[in-house]
Amino acid sequence: MERPAWAPPGIDISVPSVSRIYDYYLGGSHNFEVDRQTARRAMEFMPGLPKIMQANRAFMRRAVRHAVAEGVTQFLDIGSGIPTFGNVHEIARAATPQARVVYVDHDPVAVAHSRAVLTGDEHTDIVAADLRRPKEILAAPEVGRLLDLGRPVALLLVAVLHFLEDTDDPYAAVAELRDALAPGSLLILTHASYEGIPLPEEVAGGTVSVYRDIRNPLVMRTGEQIRGFFDGFELLEPGLVSMPDWRPDRAEDGADAESPEDPYAFSGFGGVGRKA
Amino acid sequence: MRLPAQTAGAPKAAAAPTAAPVTGASAAPHGGIEDRIARFATIWGRAIFPVTATSLTRTEFERHLLPLTRRLTEALHARPFDASVAQQVGAELVAVHCTDPEALAGTLGVIESYLVLYCGPDGPEGSGVEGTEEYRSRCARLQHAIAAGYARALRERTLREQEAIARSALTARTDAQQALHASEERFRAVFEGAAVGIGIADLDGNVLEVNDTLLQMFGGLEGHVRSRNVSEWGHPDDTPHVWRMYGELVRGERESYRVEKPYYRHDGTVLWTNLTVSLLRDADGTPQYQLALMEDTTERRLLNLRLRYEATHDALTGLPNRTLFFERLEKALGGAGGDRYGLCYLDLDGFKAVNDSLGHSAGDRLLVEVADRLQSCATGPGEVVARLGGDEFVALTTGSDTEQKVTDLAIRILTALSTPIRLEGRELTVRGSIGIVEGRAKERTPAEVLRSADITMYRAKAAGGNRFEFADAEADARAITRHGLTNALPAALERGEFFIEYQPLVHMRDGSVHGAEALVRWSHPQYGVLGPDRFIPLAERTGLIVPLGRWVLEEAVRQARIWQRQHGGSALRINVNLSPTQLHHPGLVADTVAVLEKSGLAPGALCLEVTESALIGADDELLEPLRRLAALGVDIALDDFGTGYSNLANLRRLPVSVLKLDRSFTQGMQQQPANPVDVKIVEGIVALAHSLELAVTVEGVETGAQAAQLRALGCDTAQGWYYARPGAPDRIHTLSLSDAVPTPS
Repeated sequence: MERPAWAPPGIDISVPSVSRIYDYYLGGSHNFEVDRQTARRAMEFMPGLPKIMQANRAFMRRAVRHAVAEGVTQFLDIGSGIPTFGNVHEIARAATPQARVVYVDHDPVAVAHSRAVLTGDEHTDIVAADLRRPKEILAAPEVGRLLDLGRPVALLLVAVLHFLEDTDDPYAAVAELRDALAPGSLLILTHASYEGIPLPEEVAGGTVSVYRDIRNPLVMRTGEQIRGFFDGFELLEPGLVSMPDWRPDRAEDGADAESPEDPYAFSGFGGVGRKA
Repeated sequence: MRLPAQTAGAPKAAAAPTAAPVTGASAAPHGGIEDRIARFATIWGRAIFPVTATSLTRTEFERHLLPLTRRLTEALHARPFDASVAQQVGAELVAVHCTDPEALAGTLGVIESYLVLYCGPDGPEGSGVEGTEEYRSRCARLQHAIAAGYARALRERTLREQEAIARSALTARTDAQQALHASEERFRAVFEGAAVGIGIADLDGNVLEVNDTLLQMFGGLEGHVRSRNVSEWGHPDDTPHVWRMYGELVRGERESYRVEKPYYRHDGTVLWTNLTVSLLRDADGTPQYQLALMEDTTERRLLNLRLRYEATHDALTGLPNRTLFFERLEKALGGAGGDRYGLCYLDLDGFKAVNDSLGHSAGDRLLVEVADRLQSCATGPGEVVARLGGDEFVALTTGSDTEQKVTDLAIRILTALSTPIRLEGRELTVRGSIGIVEGRAKERTPAEVLRSADITMYRAKAAGGNRFEFADAEADARAITRHGLTNALPAALERGEFFIEYQPLVHMRDGSVHGAEALVRWSHPQYGVLGPDRFIPLAERTGLIVPLGRWVLEEAVRQARIWQRQHGGSALRINVNLSPTQLHHPGLVADTVAVLEKSGLAPGALCLEVTESALIGADDELLEPLRRLAALGVDIALDDFGTGYSNLANLRRLPVSVLKLDRSFTQGMQQQPANPVDVKIVEGIVALAHSLELAVTVEGVETGAQAAQLRALGCDTAQGWYYARPGAPDRIHTLSLSDAVPTPS
């Protein structure tokens, strides 16, 4: 029998959580030994995993700033995980004081932690919901309170869609969210892929098997498949590319434009689309 | 350009092609102190950026390191020297997310190699050996302080984050427990408040939990339901697949099933339910429990049974009704080839008289008593009695030797009826007529059998009643023809299948044409031309005689008017027959007047013929319309006179102007010499009639001798084949022109 929407899942911190694993990759301590064990096992196959996460954070930072530059000041960040540093509301707030952010996660610990961090911030909130059920997200009172869906919203799906299997119908979920957004809204998306990983697929596949073991399968999709999520969006320049290649920052003095990047940072894809 | 990750090592970073223009490890860089501080920060940033997790760009990151470098420079030069400020620098590194210890190693390496070189004394006054030693020492102590500050900050941050995440986990768990509790409360409310019975059992069938509704359904005794096993709840009326599906479900082969199932309550009464059983699995999909939802359908089922009973039983007598009887008969007739059936169709004799004289409620009580008696007659296996309606009952017997059995049954019924029934303080003798049909299954339909039984019953009634008759094919055929004609009558009138022939009436005195009698015929598409004797009694019975009679009157009067015009005003008369039903019809006078007025025929040219038997015992009420017609000038003839034993004295009371002698009197005069008795009788009647000022018409005149005799006896008018057969209207014309030249046939 499927769990009804109003019945919460059990909290079992002996089970690894992808959001706490992500925190560990980013050097945080918002994690438990089970999470660290899993992360270390995954890193046995792909030592550069933290660099991929860092590239995700850096991409997100540039994309959020770009959104604000385009005049989009409302953000819906689904799969936001454990707030560490460089969170969407911090980046956006630095760019514009009007920024409003709704975080969404289905990990109850991540939600509880977010709530603790965001206490007192009237322009930011967290919703416990699942990307697999977009209706619940869109119907959440926090969304209604903070976001004006009649105006453009930046929808962030950063490092989350690769945790949705095809049976979850992630394309339909994205399409449903898209349909609820006003024209001019942005889709900020990153996704894991075997493309760009500086390792043979057989080796990188070990990481996938680690995630499968913790019942959070990591679904590697091709660039073409990932492009499919932008159906109904117009991809902004430079399109769907490796994360460090998406609008890299130029040093103000013009010198040192090219930072030497870790090769792992080029794993997977990032892109931003605008709804017509 | 992509390089492998650099985990540490400032010298390497310094040697990178894009590194700041460092001229050499031993040579002091040129430029002002601010410029050198910036260059140091760049070297520092490049050394540790790859091991940080920051989302800042390297340029932004280096900008963070600038104030730290400035602070280290100030500490390096400060007097008195205080290394503790460097602890804050270590803490700041943790604050900008340089949590990887490699960042500390890299930092210490860069300071060791470049701090004094870039940020140390830039004048010759500080470049002495002691000065250099002093700066080296200070630099080392700053490194110690940085390491301590970094370690403390990292430890604090780690502890803080660990505590935060642990608290969040606890909060989440509490929230989840509260939500779970709330959801359990809601479930409990649904469970307890549901109008359907809910029960949960394990896969061995042990009942774990039931709600109050279910408990009440079972009679309210806890012990009868809780702690019992599902398998104890079998019932003889369980369909076989109930327990097969149950087995499949507990073995995990079936997710759910839905059945109608009876249970015994603890008091032995039966509970009927719509039962839905579902398999509950745990998160891994392993079957755990079975969930039963029950709806109490006992009342509904009783109601259905009751409705079914009411739909199939006669409300008055409680006997099976026509519907149920047809079902039984259908079953008997559809039985195996060798099976036989016998059916008694009973109609009470004279029941209408009971109803009319004692009232309907007495009639009803009589029917109930009859039903009880009939019921007691049909006691054999497969015997059934039903009431078809009114006072019509049927009894059916099946099996073999049904000819004997149905005969016995009919005798039992007649015997049972022979005992008088006490009703309203008097004893009524009820008799019945029974039509029996007996035969082999699969030969006839229920409707055919019932019709045959009905016809046969009428035969028994016609034979005097209080008897039974067996159906026979020939009698059936006759009756069926009659039946068919009756049914075809209304359509025949609409389609104009009736027509009229006219038989002339002749003045005996001079043989001139006096008029004609209108005789209706039916041109039946199947049976050809039918005479009135074939269909008028049927029309009488169905009431169609009224419209048919009116049509005949209209048609005949219209024709008479045509003759009159053609004949130049000579008063040709028209005789039209009136049936007893027409006589009773309230519209008789008005209809007749309307017809006459419409056609323009004088009332005196119309003669209505009424049979003697219709007027026997007629009271004033019945005679009133005839009197009114007579007063208008219409002649009334008494038809078939001499057959109805009428009270001759009564003739005076009747508004009659003509007597029509029945043909039986004239038959005796066909021979030569005429029967003297008949001659005397006719002579007497004519004398009587004339003394009452009535004209006499004779029918059935077939020979010249008859005609001569009747003329001699003083009869006024005659009709018969001697003069003319009935024919088309134009024949009258010919006849009247020749003035009744006899046309012997």
